[in-house]
Amino acid sequence: MAQLKNFPLPDVGEGLTEAEILNWRIGPGDAVELNQIIVEIETAKASVELPSPYAGKISELLAEPGQTVEVGTPILTIEPAGAAGDEPEPDKPAEQGEPSEQGGKIGEEGADGRIATLVGYGPRSTSAKRRPRKGNATAGQRGSGSGGSNGSAGQRPAANGTPVATGAGTNSAGTNGTVLNGSASAVSTPSASRQAESAAGGTDVAAGGGVAAGGGVPLAKPPVRKLAKDLGVELRSLHGSGSGGVITRQDVERAAAGDVTAAAPEGSAVGTRPARDGAEREQRVPIKGVRKATAQAMVDSAFTAPHVTEFLTIDVTPMMEFRERLKKHPDFRDVKVTPLAIASKAMCLAAKRTPDVNASWDGEAGEIVYKDYVHLGVAAATDRGLVVPKVRDADGMSLRELAVALEELTSTAREGRTSPEAMTNGTITITNVGVFGVDTGTPILNPGESAILAFGAIREMPWVVDGQVVPRQVCQLALSFDHRVVDGQQGSRFLADVGAILSDPGMALTF
Amino acid sequence: MSPEHWTRPSRPDDRDRLADTAVPAATSATPTREQVIAGLRATSEGGADLVQLLTPEGQRVSHPDFDIDITDEQLRGMYRDMVLVRRADREGNALQRQGQLGIWVPLLGQEAAQIGAGRAMRPQDMAFPSYREHGVAWCRGIDPTELLGIFRGTDHGSWDPNETGMSLYTIVIGNQCVNATGYAMGQKFDGKVGNSGDDPASNEATMVFFGDGATSQGDVHEGMVWASVYDAPVVFFCQNNQWAISEPTERQSRVPLYERAKGYGFPGIRVDGNDVLASLAVSQWAMNEARQGNGPLLIEAFTYRMDAHTTSDDATRYRLDDELEAWKLKDPIERLRAHLLREEIADQEFFDGVDSEADELAARFREFCVNMPEPPPERMFSAVYAEESPVVAAQREDYLNYLAGFADSGHDTEGSVR
Repeated sequence: MAQLKNFPLPDVGEGLTEAEILNWRIGPGDAVELNQIIVEIETAKASVELPSPYAGKISELLAEPGQTVEVGTPILTIEPAGAAGDEPEPDKPAEQGEPSEQGGKIGEEGADGRIATLVGYGPRSTSAKRRPRKGNATAGQRGSGSGGSNGSAGQRPAANGTPVATGAGTNSAGTNGTVLNGSASAVSTPSASRQAESAAGGTDVAAGGGVAAGGGVPLAKPPVRKLAKDLGVELRSLHGSGSGGVITRQDVERAAAGDVTAAAPEGSAVGTRPARDGAEREQRVPIKGVRKATAQAMVDSAFTAPHVTEFLTIDVTPMMEFRERLKKHPDFRDVKVTPLAIASKAMCLAAKRTPDVNASWDGEAGEIVYKDYVHLGVAAATDRGLVVPKVRDADGMSLRELAVALEELTSTAREGRTSPEAMTNGTITITNVGVFGVDTGTPILNPGESAILAFGAIREMPWVVDGQVVPRQVCQLALSFDHRVVDGQQGSRFLADVGAILSDPGMALTF
Repeated sequence: MSPEHWTRPSRPDDRDRLADTAVPAATSATPTREQVIAGLRATSEGGADLVQLLTPEGQRVSHPDFDIDITDEQLRGMYRDMVLVRRADREGNALQRQGQLGIWVPLLGQEAAQIGAGRAMRPQDMAFPSYREHGVAWCRGIDPTELLGIFRGTDHGSWDPNETGMSLYTIVIGNQCVNATGYAMGQKFDGKVGNSGDDPASNEATMVFFGDGATSQGDVHEGMVWASVYDAPVVFFCQNNQWAISEPTERQSRVPLYERAKGYGFPGIRVDGNDVLASLAVSQWAMNEARQGNGPLLIEAFTYRMDAHTTSDDATRYRLDDELEAWKLKDPIERLRAHLLREEIADQEFFDGVDSEADELAARFREFCVNMPEPPPERMFSAVYAEESPVVAAQREDYLNYLAGFADSGHDTEGSVR
């Protein structure tokens, strides 16, 4: 019987990573001809019909309609017509093994779990591996820290002490794969097995307490490499503290400053973690409470709502003058009208004209919820972290009421007395980054809301008025909005409206 | 009303042809219903100036200026050309869909334009293609398998431009027009143009291929300006396939493209690009003019891209199926086939023979593609310049040393298996 062939999902559009199966035109047991259309898929770019790469009999469909499949994943198996070898063999001779040998063949799962595709577009199921270079695995060096910490060096004895370059070099071949999988069985992830492998590639078990990255290139970005070179720091002697063991600028600077502790390797073949010394210089704080909630909210927001941020620099001198006048006004005698209060008022007014920014996305119901009220959230920095209490029905308040409410709200928040109810059901938020002396930022939406305004520091800046450069009170606004709900036009109008009121409070009359 | 009248402001001599001069130009804010219909028609009708020798029904018609003497053998040959080129093209598309090519650029529907132009060239002429000229390459004697490297990402082109008389594929839109004009100027400076004495057959010319979208590129303009003022022996062969990816010709020009030539001061002519006879006749005439020193010239081959722009494109997102259906009725191969049958120039045996030849070509094309050898790393440094450059040589040495520095052998690692 002819050998079964897989058909891995191809990248039909220059760099696509996945596609959805729309419908199958054939079923198991069907005979197909070469180039007969067998399936329709939809990618991010197009709906595409895929022709069969073989003539033969469909053996099995490996994906359901509606299923999204990664490029390189087999979507069907097919029994090619005629004896094996009759067909033009599309498989690359990636190995010298028997034809029946599994792993490393094009279209089939390699030992590392990665599907080899014919044009090399299949996504890697694990992070990239670095090929070992010659001359690095000298005595005194040992496996990379992370690989070593998994204890793989011990499991894969390279008794003669020579670098096991062949293992790393032909990692996609089935025979080696078996060994590697064996060594990987002690650890849970494929990436660990890769690291284990690269560790094994350069391991000299006889070596003493050497340092990291034998056989591999130390991981560091080019500017950091340059810095290390300039400072005369040997990258191989460092243990990277960055994610994935990448050597950071700080690592190099610390090493240059003679801080040997931080440069100590983390891993060793015996499984101890000497990098604990470094921990003495670090403080570990449990993630909980407001920090945890903030982190969760920010991650939720950043990964669900497509953020767009726009910026506007405005001359707020008229607003500041207006504020001075208010201070002398009898009605405002005992109230502190902050620029934040005026900005909040401006937001409420502008939101009336552009209700989209005050709306919310209800993905489950498939609806956008427009609200005829504004519960204005005010991001407040407290000792416990960031809290965002709300001013209820802020749109119905006068400037004085708003100023009073804000004052109460922030003082309550600072005292840590904000009730949980006061922090829910906001519709739009303002964050006063200006109080930290910061010009602007790209705020992240409060989850469930569609817009957030960052109010920057007000500073005296050169400004052109009537062709003359004069000192003016200038401030920057940054508006982030959820592009699912708010388009550039609405977002821009809202931001421009707020800016217009702040740079000329009289404009408020027009709203 | 022909589409030209819709797309260009009316002129005095249009009056007799224009039934309704009250219809404003399409440049006015909102097109009327009639304008929309005319616009749709503009993509399927070539207009009154279209040179045609073979109707879509395969009927031979005469043209006062561009008639052609052609043998039955030549007719059958061009049919074979078109069928084989289309078959290779379809196989290329399928190979991309099967993960064997990174991308494929279909020529489906443009076979007649390309075969007509390609067959009008002589061995000493030079062709400058863009990236869809599989038919021209065929006529220049380049095996279809040679086209595969660039689409599989193993090579930038493997044929010898000097030997084949065809430059390598140019991906940068319109850039080849500048190169072609420069080459044609060289032909003229070398005295290979307009010789009437000993050997007029040795005269040379250049033909450059580009699309309707490329006409909006600066390079095409520059090429035309230089060609014009230096009387360069170059024929600008624009395949107006109606779509520049998703942009209709309507978004490239307010005049029919062939009329642009007038602005540069050389003749422009519109030919039915789905009529291989007309394409051949007009191309022969234009190349002869150029060889005699009467260049440059512009040919607009009015045709249709029946498939997507590339395999990465989905044409159904921006154009209507009935447009495609209308063009299917003008299929270049079907019309010649109808003609061959009608005039009893070819029999069923001939057609079957061509079909099986096409299948053999497709199988060979496929086999070559899936077994394509990976070029050695030094290949990317070769043929960058005509002569060895010390800079490139140093880069090559550096790179080879770098590759040699790996502990594994390099060719059996996953990264380099393609």
